[in-house]
Amino acid sequence: MGSKGSPLAAGGKKGDLTPVIPELGHYALVLALLVALVQATLPLAGAARGDAAWMAVAGPAALAQFGLIGLAFAALLQAAVVSDFSVLNVVENSHSTKPLLYKIAGVWGNHEGSMVLWVTILAGFGAAVAAFGRSLPPPLKARVLAVQAMTGFGFLLFILATSDPFQRLDPAPADGNDLNPLLQDPGLALHPPFLYLGYVGFSMAFSFAIAALIEGRVDPAWARWVRPWTLAAWTCLTLGIALGSWWAYYTLGWGGWWFWDPVENASLMPWLAGTALLHSAIVVEKRDALKSWTVLLAILTFSLSLIGTFLVRSGVLSSVHAFAVDPARGVFILGLLTVAIGGSLLLYALRAPALKAGGLFAPVSREGALVLNNLLLSTATATVLIGTLYPLFLDVLGAGKVSVGPPFFDRTFVPLMVPLVTAMVIGPLLTWKRADLAGVLGRLALVAGLATVAVLAALWSHGGGPVMALVGVALAAWAFFGAWVEWAGRIALFRVPLATSVQRALGLPCAVWGMTLAHAGLGIAIAGMTGSAFWVSERIQLVHPGETVEIAGYRLAFRGVEPVTGPNYDAERATFAVTRDGRGIGLLTPEQRHYTVTGMALSHAAIHTTGTADLYLALGDDDGAGGWTVRLYHHPLVPWLWLGCAVMVAGGLVSLGDRRLRVGAPAVRRRPAAAAVAVPVAVVPGSGGR
Amino acid sequence: MTPRKKRRLIVLVLVMLGLGTATALVLTAFQDNLVFFYSPSDLKEHPPGSRGIRVGGLVAAGSVQRQSDGVTVGFTVTDLKTSVEVRYTGLLPDLFREGQGVVAEGQLRPDGVFEAREVLAKHDEKYMPPTVADALRRAGHPGEHATATLIR
Repeated sequence: MGSKGSPLAAGGKKGDLTPVIPELGHYALVLALLVALVQATLPLAGAARGDAAWMAVAGPAALAQFGLIGLAFAALLQAAVVSDFSVLNVVENSHSTKPLLYKIAGVWGNHEGSMVLWVTILAGFGAAVAAFGRSLPPPLKARVLAVQAMTGFGFLLFILATSDPFQRLDPAPADGNDLNPLLQDPGLALHPPFLYLGYVGFSMAFSFAIAALIEGRVDPAWARWVRPWTLAAWTCLTLGIALGSWWAYYTLGWGGWWFWDPVENASLMPWLAGTALLHSAIVVEKRDALKSWTVLLAILTFSLSLIGTFLVRSGVLSSVHAFAVDPARGVFILGLLTVAIGGSLLLYALRAPALKAGGLFAPVSREGALVLNNLLLSTATATVLIGTLYPLFLDVLGAGKVSVGPPFFDRTFVPLMVPLVTAMVIGPLLTWKRADLAGVLGRLALVAGLATVAVLAALWSHGGGPVMALVGVALAAWAFFGAWVEWAGRIALFRVPLATSVQRALGLPCAVWGMTLAHAGLGIAIAGMTGSAFWVSERIQLVHPGETVEIAGYRLAFRGVEPVTGPNYDAERATFAVTRDGRGIGLLTPEQRHYTVTGMALSHAAIHTTGTADLYLALGDDDGAGGWTVRLYHHPLVPWLWLGCAVMVAGGLVSLGDRRLRVGAPAVRRRPAAAAVAVPVAVVPGSGGR
Repeated sequence: MTPRKKRRLIVLVLVMLGLGTATALVLTAFQDNLVFFYSPSDLKEHPPGSRGIRVGGLVAAGSVQRQSDGVTVGFTVTDLKTSVEVRYTGLLPDLFREGQGVVAEGQLRPDGVFEAREVLAKHDEKYMPPTVADALRRAGHPGEHATATLIR
C-alpha cells in the first residue's frame, strides 16, 4: 500500500484503469441514479396496468442499482486504501500512516462516505428482495421495489448534488489531514455500518407499507413478509447502538455510556418505533388485527430513521457526528424528508380507511398486551422526539438557545419504561383473544419472589440506595426470570420427565428462543444500567509517582509515566499497580495520546473488568510539577449492559433463523402446535422445512 | 354498543391516558430541566439567578489556572466583548485549549463566578459549537473565529 503520488499527474500504464477509478465510481453513481428512476416508475405503472413485462423490470433494475452503487463504494474504498490523495475526501479524512482498519473505516467516518454507505445498504436491501423474493406476488414485489427505488433516487440525487465523494484536488497534496482520532477505534469502525443496516433496514418495512397502501390490502401474509426484514433491521440497530454506547463509554473518558445526546436519541427513536413494529406485526400475522396501525408504524419507523439522518447529517446539532456544516445539505435533506414523510402520511390518510378491520379481542389478551406495548413504546418515542426537537424549535423561533439534558429524559422516558417492562413479562403468558389474568399472575408468583430477593440482595450489598435503583433491580430480575418462566412453561419443565422437557426445548421454534433471549437480555441490560447509574463511585485526584489512590476496595499504586509511540500518535502512558485486599490484580495503563497529524489530544482509558463491575481509570493533564490528575470510576454491573445487549442481538439472530422464515412455499405455512407466539415467515426461499 | 365499538372505545381511552400521562411528564420535566444558553454578554445583561445554565465562548488566552489541589481549574470565557470567570473541579475535556471554543454547564454564583458542573469542548479541530459561533457573532466578532471554522 503506502502513499502514492497523484494518479492524474503520474498517468499509468496503457489500459490501466487505476488512475480513473474515482471517475468510474462517480459515473457508476450517476448510472445508479438513472436506474433508480426507471425502477421507481416503470414497475409501478406496470402494477397499475397489470403489465407483467413492466413489473418484471423491477428485479433486474434493483440488482443493477445495487451493483452500480457497490462499484462506487468499492471505488471510494480503493481510493482510501491506497491513499489516493488526489481525491479531496481522502485528503481530508486519511493519512498514509493511518492503520489499514481505519483507512477502511475512514470511508464512512465522514459525511460523503457515510452517505454512500447509506445508499449502498438501501440498494442492498432492494437487491435482496429482488433476489430472494420469488414467492412475493409480482405486483407487490414490483411496488415494493419501486418505493425502495424512490428513496434511493432521492438520496443518490442528494449525494450527486451536494456531497460528491469523488471530488478531485489538483495538485494533490503529499499527505492527508488524518481522521479525527476519536473515530480511530475498532468499536467505532463497526458502529456506523450496523447502525445504518438498522436505520436503512426499516426502509423495507416502509416500502412494504406503501406498497400495501397502494394495493389497499394488508393481510397476515403481508405481515409475514415484513417481519423478517424488520427483525433483521432491529437486530443490526441494537448492535449498532450498543457499539456506539460502548465506544462512548471507553473512549470519551467520562465513564458514561448514554448521554441523551440528540444524536444518540436519533438512533434510539427508530429503535423504539421498530421494536413496537416488530410486536404489532405479530398481531397482524396471527390475528389479522391492528393492520392500519401497523402500516402507520412502519411509515413512522422509517420516517424517524430519516429524521435521524437529517439531524445527524444537516449539522443542526453540535455533536461529534455533525461532520458537515453546509446549509445546502441541510435544506436538501429537509426537502427530502418533507416529500417522503408528508407524501407517505398523505397516502396513508387517503388509503388506510380502505383497509378492512380485523379480528376482535378482549382488553385482557395477548393482543391487548401487544397494544399496550405499542402504546407505551410510541409514547416513549414521542417524549424522546419532543426532547430532541424542542431546542431546535426554540432556536428557529428565535426564543433562545436551550439544551434538554438527561434530567428531562429521566423524568419522562424512564417512567414509561417501568410499566412497559412490567407488562413485557405478563404479555407472553396471556392467550390470544381472551385471557385469564389471575391465572397468569399466579404463574408469576415465583418471578415476583425472585425479584424481591434481588431487591433484598441489592439492599444488603449496597446498604440501600435511591428508590429508582431498587425499582431498576426489581424490573431487571422480573424481566429476566419472567422470560425464563414463560420458556419453562412451554417445555413443561418439572411437570414432565426432564428428558421430555429437553426434547421439547430442542423442538421449540427458533422464534420462541429468540423472544426468550431478547426479553431476558433486556433484563440483564436493565441490571447493568441500574448498577452503573446508581452505584457508581467516582474520584478525581492529583497523584504523584509513588502515591496510592483508593476506590471501592481497590488500591492503585502510581508507578510513573513514560512516553510511548504509536503508529500515528505519541503518548504518555501511566502505570498503576492494582491490588485488592493485598492481592495483586494487575497493571492499568491509561494513556494521554497526542495525534501528530491532527494535533489532537485524546485520553485513552484503562479498564479492569471483573465481569460484575468495571474499574475505570482515565489519565488527565500533568500539573507541571510531576503530579498527574486522574479520574477513577468503579462501575458496578456495567459489563452486564453490554452482555444484555449481546443477548438481545443473539435473540434477534436466533429468531431470524426460524425455519418458517426460510419457507416462502405456501405449503409449509402451517403452524406447529407448540407455537403460540408469532414468528417471522417468508421471503427467503429454499429449504421447505428440514 | 357492538363489540367492535367497545374495543375501539377501550383503545381510545388507553391512548388518551397514555398521551395525557406523557404530556404531563413532558410539561413538568420541561419546567425544571430546560438549560438555557448564555453568552458572557447575556450573563451581564440578563443575570439568570441560580438556575442551571450553559455559558459558551472562547477560553481567554493565558487565563487557565490550576489550583493547588490539582483538580480545580479556573479560566475565563469570553465572547471578545464581555468575559466571565469559570471554576471547574474535574478533568477537562481532551480538546480544551486556550483560545478555542468551549461550553460550560453549571450555575452563576452570587459573586459573579460561574461554577461549572460540566465542561464541553469541541470534538474536532475544524469544528466550533454553533452556539459559541453564534454568541461570538452576536457580540460583533463574526470574523475568523465563527465563519472560517464553521464552513470549510
